Amino acid sequence: MTTRKVLIAALAVVVPIASAVADGGVFDEYREMMGDDNPAIFVIEEGEEFWLQELGPKQVSLETCDLGLGPGVVAGAYAQLPRYFADTDQVMDLESRLVHCMVELQGRDPEDVHAKPYSLRGDMGTEIEALAAWIADQSSGVPIAPGQDQPQERAMYDLGEQLFYYRAGPHDFSCATCHGQDGARIRLQALGNLAKHEDAASAYASWPAYRISEGVVRTMGWRMRDCFRQQRLPELIMGSEASVALQMYLAVNAAGAPMSAPGLKR
Amino acid sequence: MTIMKIKWAGLLAVTLVPIMAVADQTYDVLSQSMRAKNSVSMDRLTQDSLQAYCSKPRDEANYSTAAAIRESRLAAIAMPADGVFVGDWRQGHDVANNGRGLQYSDDPSQPNGGNCYACHQLDPREVAYGTIGPSLTNYGARGQSDVMLRYTWTKIWDTHAYNVCSHMPRFGAQGILTEQQIKDVMAYLMDPDSPVNRPVEE
Ligand code: HEC
Repeated sequence: MTTRKVLIAALAVVVPIASAVADGGVFDEYREMMGDDNPAIFVIEEGEEFWLQELGPKQVSLETCDLGLGPGVVAGAYAQLPRYFADTDQVMDLESRLVHCMVELQGRDPEDVHAKPYSLRGDMGTEIEALAAWIADQSSGVPIAPGQDQPQERAMYDLGEQLFYYRAGPHDFSCATCHGQDGARIRLQALGNLAKHEDAASAYASWPAYRISEGVVRTMGWRMRDCFRQQRLPELIMGSEASVALQMYLAVNAAGAPMSAPGLKR
Repeated sequence: MTIMKIKWAGLLAVTLVPIMAVADQTYDVLSQSMRAKNSVSMDRLTQDSLQAYCSKPRDEANYSTAAAIRESRLAAIAMPADGVFVGDWRQGHDVANNGRGLQYSDDPSQPNGGNCYACHQLDPREVAYGTIGPSLTNYGARGQSDVMLRYTWTKIWDTHAYNVCSHMPRFGAQGILTEQQIKDVMAYLMDPDSPVNRPVEE
């Protein structure tokens, strides 16, 4: 372990406790101290290793995976997702596309790939998380531009909007309950009005993100799943239509702003 | 049926049908995109009529039938069986502070929280409060008249009886909190000794 890794590990334990007590303070200090050294850099490296690793029954890497800009093109690819893919006749986000490549190129069992896409608290990060960190980093500074030319892509946006306002469960929560007004917060957590460009942009551009409190990189798909958990609804399946639609809704609302992921979050 | 009523019924049918078709599609997508987990089953995705009514994007202000909904919900409020509205504010603090309950990550054997602090300021000494709802600090200054007791109980039981499509959960009507928990959180709001109603010492 490098000194820096030890420092990060130590802070990962201290910071969440402190930040639960007071807003900003310690978290801001930490961010200042780390500067551009987001701990996600280690996960990004790992993601590139996964991309190049020969895996699955076919023992091939993901290097020919088409993320939308052609086989193997990673630079700028994240920023133009979700988008329509003719080969699957589906609108896909990064996660569903990665699963597609793992199954089609590497010959892996879809069930295995889906078994544990996101790490649990205290675990090491997963392959999907590492790949997402690396791939998103390759779009850093690139304007968010999800597909909206195809009718399927526009339908996905409309569906995402419907989902955003869909109230259900014992608490009647929808995404809009928390993310439908300006300047609101839950406890100390700022929420953002995700129906509006400015707030959607700063939120969307920062995912995937390194979560200090959990010590792992979390993807935008994970963020959707965890919001549904708090809405008291069942578990959202990675890469599912609802997950893609909500990400499309946010990405279109955020369009034009530059990506700056992986972000750093409490 | 008068002609007026027939007109209204027709208008309702015309406007509700397309809304319901969209909601059905949204439901179908959600039910294919999720799986049951622990204590949370897929029937959570089914909307009741109020949820469906309050799920319209954008034009949330345009609720032509809100008055009728308000009335029917007001009629369904269950006031405390023993006529006692206020419990113990100390217990009420725990109800207001606890954000757990009914998530698949929660232990179903533990009591549900009301999570009032997620959305409201209450005790002025507590800095970690949300702002989705109005501040309730010093709520007790409004007194404990019969009207205030019934009003506050109703807001906590089912706020849509006054404010259709509010973002506040229906703690009583949906069975999130027990009658006793509602009494305790009532006390936390209204008891003069509760920290909610005690000013910060200089
Ligand atoms: C998800 C957010 C949310 C939660 C959680 C929540 N509320 Fe509210 N509450 C609101 C909103 C928004 C309003 C304003 C609209 C309305 O009156 O329905 C409100 C209004 C109220 C009012 C009326 C205020 C007034 O000035 O007359 C009371 C009383 C109240 N809430 C009590 C509570 C209590 C007690 C709890 C916890 C058991 C609670 N709320 C939990 C969002 C919330």
